[in-house]
Amino acid sequence: MTQVSSDVRELASREYQYGFETVVESDAVPRGLDEDVIRLISAKKNEPDWMLEWRLRSYRHWVTLEEPTWQNVKYDPIDYQDVIYYSAPKPKKKLASMDEVDPELRAMFDKLGISLAEQERLSGVAVDAIVDSVSVATTFKKRLADAGVIFCSFSEAVQNHPELVQKYLGSVVPYRDNIFAALNSAVFTDGSFCYVPKGVRCPMELSTYFRINAADTGQFERTLIVADEGAYVSYLEGCTAPKRDKNQLHAAVVELVALEDATIKYSTVQNWYPGDAEGRGGIYNFVTKRGKCAGARSKISWTQVETGSAITWKYPGVVLQGDDSVGEFYSVALTANRQQADTGTKMVHIGKNTRSTIVSKGISAGHGQNTYRGLVKMLRSAKGARNHTQCDSLLLSRDCGAHTFPYIEVKHPTARVEHEASTSKIGEEQLFYCRQRGIPEEEATSMIVNGFCREVFKELPMEFAVEAQKLLSVSLEGSVG
Amino acid sequence: MLKIEDLHARTEGKEILRGVDLEVAAGEVHAIMGPNGSGKSTLANVLAGRDEYEVTRGSVLYEGRDLLSMEPEERAVAGVFLAFQHPVEIPGVGNLYFLRTAVNSVRRARGQSELDPMSFLSFSDERMKLVEMDRSFMSRSVNEGFSGGEKKRNEILQMAMLEPKLAILDETDSGLDIDALRVVAEGVTALRSPDRAMVVITHHQRLLDYIVPDRVHVMSAGRIVRSGDASLAKELEANGYGGLGPSGDDQAVAVGAGR
Repeated sequence: MTQVSSDVRELASREYQYGFETVVESDAVPRGLDEDVIRLISAKKNEPDWMLEWRLRSYRHWVTLEEPTWQNVKYDPIDYQDVIYYSAPKPKKKLASMDEVDPELRAMFDKLGISLAEQERLSGVAVDAIVDSVSVATTFKKRLADAGVIFCSFSEAVQNHPELVQKYLGSVVPYRDNIFAALNSAVFTDGSFCYVPKGVRCPMELSTYFRINAADTGQFERTLIVADEGAYVSYLEGCTAPKRDKNQLHAAVVELVALEDATIKYSTVQNWYPGDAEGRGGIYNFVTKRGKCAGARSKISWTQVETGSAITWKYPGVVLQGDDSVGEFYSVALTANRQQADTGTKMVHIGKNTRSTIVSKGISAGHGQNTYRGLVKMLRSAKGARNHTQCDSLLLSRDCGAHTFPYIEVKHPTARVEHEASTSKIGEEQLFYCRQRGIPEEEATSMIVNGFCREVFKELPMEFAVEAQKLLSVSLEGSVG
Repeated sequence: MLKIEDLHARTEGKEILRGVDLEVAAGEVHAIMGPNGSGKSTLANVLAGRDEYEVTRGSVLYEGRDLLSMEPEERAVAGVFLAFQHPVEIPGVGNLYFLRTAVNSVRRARGQSELDPMSFLSFSDERMKLVEMDRSFMSRSVNEGFSGGEKKRNEILQMAMLEPKLAILDETDSGLDIDALRVVAEGVTALRSPDRAMVVITHHQRLLDYIVPDRVHVMSAGRIVRSGDASLAKELEANGYGGLGPSGDDQAVAVGAGR
């Protein structure tokens, strides 16, 4: 434990060491978006021409698009000209001690069981780190480099690995995919890039690394992960700690590519600010996430725990191109207060004997509205393809809602699709049983809800499964009834 | 320990309890018998605090406290335990975790220190012997996929671990084969103690062959219509519930049928 905290302390000072000092000539570009702004962003990042061209093509497409209206969420129109699309990330104002941190936030940290050292780091408290002989980040970097794994920021990848970026960028989520993907492609500022070479099993959960690096994610984040033939990588995005951001609209894009026999496991814990009890000021999380099982026997697995955001709108999907490839989607989405979530997945079966599994657990409390929307598509080529979908909703209050929209398209007679769905109100009998055993109502509720989600939690890396359970309990506080 | 006076309760607009009087002292075991629909289970649920029953009249004192004003979990930590007739399944919640949470909630409320996982495990191992359960039960979800006998044994195990002062057993014998009945009854008998009162609700006399009660009461149409010692149960077995007292609107049911 001492080792871990001092490691974390060490890393807390990391921002000072490496920081973002390469991009601080100017603070921000003017409000609004046009081609000049995009040229400016690209120039500030010192990007090659092909990157600028791609951004411009995305932008020119984006201006032709309208926002969709089919999703089951309500929000005021977004004024795209009122957004600042580029500002150099400034080191956050450092606080002298935890005493300066918002007490509400500190209470939340305690409930989640996040260590003090990590609390300090997450809230931006300046920590006097004892300088160890070797920093964890350096150790991690070395271990990854020894294995040949490339893991860096997207900007670095554009500079140092242009051939890989050019080959795979937009190959899964083209900028033409949807309005937010087009916007992201035009203006994304940074994100993560990972390439795991042939036959390499990434020597560590990238979750661990990412967690320690859990720096500010941008408003328009871009992630690209490529697992070459026979490679394996597990990646965790996000954090159980609550995150606030002055930018309301978040439109990220995540692309995963798995070549022959490769496996990518991608887990997300999302706890963006959901807004106040009336839903004011929360984050709009409009994300496009997709994986492509490009090679035979490849596998992509998405696991997500969504408890934050005012509006969550995302469908992490898998395109199952390679024969015998496997796609999985495990999701827990909680909506409380005025939160709205329209989330689910898309499984597109192209190759023979491709298989997909969908397990979706939606929990609605307060006035929350929770929608599962899932597409399972079996193309003409998808001989012997199989899908199993299980979609359960749990209602915790009188005023909340759960909605399920499954879309199923099957073009090959041997393909098989199974869909199971259930909606239940939290069992009065279960609650009474727990209370009769002395367990207080609130604790009993979170126990039952966590039991309901267990199938999904067991897919998360161990330490996050524990935190995700706590997160769910904390998010439910005061919203039952 | 328990004093019920003129208790009336209804659910869904229908009056089920129509003036129950009952007094139980520490160390005593009382059996409540009676035909289906006579109000036995309602009485158990009202005592445990289930909110679908509305108490319209009467009072219940438990150790001198007004039991009816307490929340179900307050009653539980104060030592009231109900062994359910139909224990509910809680998918995804491990039995071990559930039991530890329950035991520690009760300990916390009683000002005792919580048991850490290791000491809990040795405590549960010891108590499981009482009902002939093994650790494999603990890794399963609460009651999920349990056979009828396993569910009932799990109830008795919980009782053994929560160490209540007043245990109410609601038809714990129903649906048990003779071996399971013996295990459950032996478990209950082992838990008899001078500071613990038990109210055993049963439809059949056969349970009372194992758990010999101090008092036997017969309920009919929402009231206790007869009380006596253990011999009353034998008498009922011989004669059935027919012609029992004033409220003859219930059908006569043979007691101990199927033995």
